[in-house]
Amino acid sequence: MTSPLRLCVRRSAVPNSVGAATEVTLRLPSDVDCIEEAVELVTRHCLAGHAASGTIRFRLRVVLSEALSNAILRGNCEDRTKWVEVRAELVPDCIKVYVTDEGCGFDPDSVPEPLEPSHLDEAGGRGLFLIRKLVDAVQFNEQGNSICMILRRS
Amino acid sequence: MGFSESKGSGGVTVVQVDGQLIIGNRHELKDLIQAALDRGDRRLLVDFSRTGYIDSSGLGALVSISKRVREAGGELRLSGLNDDLRSLFELTKLDTLFAITETSEQALTSF
Repeated sequence: MTSPLRLCVRRSAVPNSVGAATEVTLRLPSDVDCIEEAVELVTRHCLAGHAASGTIRFRLRVVLSEALSNAILRGNCEDRTKWVEVRAELVPDCIKVYVTDEGCGFDPDSVPEPLEPSHLDEAGGRGLFLIRKLVDAVQFNEQGNSICMILRRS
Repeated sequence: MGFSESKGSGGVTVVQVDGQLIIGNRHELKDLIQAALDRGDRRLLVDFSRTGYIDSSGLGALVSISKRVREAGGELRLSGLNDDLRSLFELTKLDTLFAITETSEQALTSF
């Protein structure tokens, strides 16, 4: 079966304005069954040629899975006609990953804290919290439909 | 990749998570545990010694499973979490919700 994922890796001799010489982009349909393959593909290309620790690999996989889940379930509401785009800029000392959906966006500050005792035994609500804990910096665009996660390599 | 089920010592149902526990396969684990409860199994162990990563949906599935097992009068243990996996439970304070042992052998003797 042909994979519905669309991967593109661009390598240039001259780094761009943020110092990235390699950019990885991946488009995937709004289908949660595509997440595992997308996570493996992006992780492999982001860490290729670098001596990444197991923890960096682990964190990258978890936050990619979280961001893709949010984009597919909440952003695109699992509408298979809508796509999610992953773009990773590979800078020598860090990885910047953007995950963008076609939804109308959300206010990240409105997400409740999952550590409250009353929320502890709830099944959902930990995704964004985990992203914030596992990467070095998180930014959103103004619309709230694109997250940028910055993970230092060491 | 997936889940394998076996019987441990003392008749404990042991479910091994091979690969990932994420949004795409969490229902499979929930269904497997529900089937064990429906059969009358009340002592259950989920082992993560062959698990690469867990996302928040996987953690949420474990919370749901824990509730179901508790409501059925059963006991659920988790084992085999490496340092990275354990950090997810600690960050989310779920380490306070689950009985976690280092190895499946330790879990089996603690039922």
